[in-house]
Amino acid sequence: MQLSDLLEETYLALVGNKVRSSLTVLGIVIGIASVIAMVAIGQGSQASIQASIQSIGSNLIAITPGAQRGVGQQVSAGRGSSQTLTAADASAIQAQVSSVSAVAPDLTKRYQVTAPGTNTNTQVIGTTPAYLNVRNIAVDQGSFFTDQDVTSMAKVVVIGPTARDDLFGQGSDAIGKTLRINNISFLVIGITQSKGGTGFANPDDAVYVPLTTAQHFLAGVTYVSTISVSAVDQQSMSTVQQAITTLLLQRHNISNPQSADFSILNQNDIVSTASSVTGTFTALLASVAAISLVVGGIGIMNMMLTTVTERTREIGLRKAIGAERNDISNQFLMEAVALTFSGGILGIILGWIVTLLVEKFASIHSQITLSSVLMAFGVSAAIGVVFGYYPARRASGLNPIEALRYE
Amino acid sequence: MKTLELKHITKLYKSGGVEFLALKDVSFDVEKGEFLAIMGPSGSGKSTLMYTLGGLDTPTSGTYLLDGKDVSKMDEHELAVIRRERIGYVFQSFNLLSRSTVLRNVMLPLVYEGVKKEERERRAREALRAVSMDEKLFTHMSNQLSGGQMQRVAIARALINDPALILADEPTGNLDSKTGEVVMATFQRLHSEGRTIVLITHEREVAEYAERIIHVRDGQIVKEERDHKRHIHPDLYATQ
Ligand SMILES: Nc1ncnc2c1ncn2[C@@H]1O[C@H](COP(=O)(O)OP(=O)(O)OP(=O)(O)O)[C@@H](O)[C@H]1O
Ligand SMILES: [Mg+2]
Repeated sequence: MQLSDLLEETYLALVGNKVRSSLTVLGIVIGIASVIAMVAIGQGSQASIQASIQSIGSNLIAITPGAQRGVGQQVSAGRGSSQTLTAADASAIQAQVSSVSAVAPDLTKRYQVTAPGTNTNTQVIGTTPAYLNVRNIAVDQGSFFTDQDVTSMAKVVVIGPTARDDLFGQGSDAIGKTLRINNISFLVIGITQSKGGTGFANPDDAVYVPLTTAQHFLAGVTYVSTISVSAVDQQSMSTVQQAITTLLLQRHNISNPQSADFSILNQNDIVSTASSVTGTFTALLASVAAISLVVGGIGIMNMMLTTVTERTREIGLRKAIGAERNDISNQFLMEAVALTFSGGILGIILGWIVTLLVEKFASIHSQITLSSVLMAFGVSAAIGVVFGYYPARRASGLNPIEALRYE
Repeated sequence: MKTLELKHITKLYKSGGVEFLALKDVSFDVEKGEFLAIMGPSGSGKSTLMYTLGGLDTPTSGTYLLDGKDVSKMDEHELAVIRRERIGYVFQSFNLLSRSTVLRNVMLPLVYEGVKKEERERRAREALRAVSMDEKLFTHMSNQLSGGQMQRVAIARALINDPALILADEPTGNLDSKTGEVVMATFQRLHSEGRTIVLITHEREVAEYAERIIHVRDGQIVKEERDHKRHIHPDLYATQ
């Protein structure tokens, strides 16, 4: 039997039973579409989470004070309550560790910030101009404060766009105006560009002041709450992290690394942790969708078994006029594969539409990858073979005369 | 030369605990090129005998040799090859594919032989014309045909692979006497071309076209006739 004849037979058989064929295909369509959509949403979220982690800074290493939990120590000191990091540590890192492109210490606390007529509670970041580089922040209007301002403890402030909107009104020009933090008045000299972040540590909802100003006038302390270090490239991050650890242990006179009074967080680690979380999440979504695909496959098997029973006489006749066992089993296998394959194509289209709708109306970022499309094709064809195999075998094994007598 | 040899064939049907001996020690030979008719009352085992001859069903005991080869020793593939290349089978109940056209039905055996599409269609048309089928019906679905038309399609399908052995189970059962005669003229022509024909019928008149008549009753051969008055269709003289 030639392939073209096999395809023709398949087409005629499936078209001859349109309603049943399309209902069966629907099961596969829904299965494939949900796998495509779920994987797209999962991978999309993964990509956007990664992008937002990347946007925090480039090749960022963050050092925070506070002892790591050691042996026999029940409670670790809370972050910020510890006072072990200083601006001098930051300078030492800048001076002594190689492959470091920028270092920015900061003292961040939340304060009530007031402008004439309004007030808001926001984070006040006391830092140095290097913070711009380390955290990928750009200035939109005006300018950032300078090292000179840091040395002279200038009472100037650069504000994020969300803080600007809250204090001075949507999109207003705030440069040259004054605001009060802790009842001390500051001159607004710049506004940062929006980074589009959300949540508690949103860089748009923040105001930046010179580090010394924050330490001296606002908090009245000498320590810093974070030191952010930017490595020159991704490859050197772990060596930089290692060098910083050694340097700080030495500066703080600690011999046992277990009892370090600071902890170091590497952006790579955050990205990979987040990736593994979102990866698990994607796999979970996909496996829920895969269950519906299996249900669709059982639908195919059910239909094929019914078809074989209904067409018992036809099978008997085909064998009686010379069809081989393989001709019969190929015919039914082909029907099953044709059903699942067309279901696969329609499912990919439907999944794509669903993904677009989710993206448009639920504004969840999603991305359909070639690999998930290829996988959907492969899986749908495989389902046809797996679930079509048993019915096809049953058909081909029929005895011609018993089949012809079948009523 | 003997083309079919049956030696002590019995066939025991078992279904649902009930046993039925449909063939009881049947032995006979068919010469190559012979035209044989099998007659007998309903339920006497004629179709059962025919299924055995066609290699579609295996006897419970006895040996059946087809061109000297024991059919019970053939594997499925050998049987399939014989069915599609050597035997043309006209079933008592036609067994057409109801949702396929007349042409498709007739072409079906050639599909399994791997014959090219144009060639298939040409031969199908030829076979249908040979049984006087109306050209207008060629593209009709076979479930839109009358019983007699279906019978002719079934005959055309049996002829399409140019078989050496034709097994026909009541091929004129649904035809009026005039079309019945046309069909019998076809069989006579096929016989004159050297093909072996085994034909089952109820009607004496139809059986008389054959060279030999075997009478079956309750699964046994009861009588054999050779010297009956032969029926020759007048058309055959015209074409010869
Ligand atoms: N599968 C079967 N199981 C049990 N008995 C069967 C089976 N097939 C046929 N028979 C019996 O075998 C006998 C012979 O059947 P067969 O079909 O050969 O008769 P037939 O001579 O062709 O009759 P008709 O002229 O009516 O076609 C019948 O009595 C029938 O009941
Ligand atoms: Mg019969």
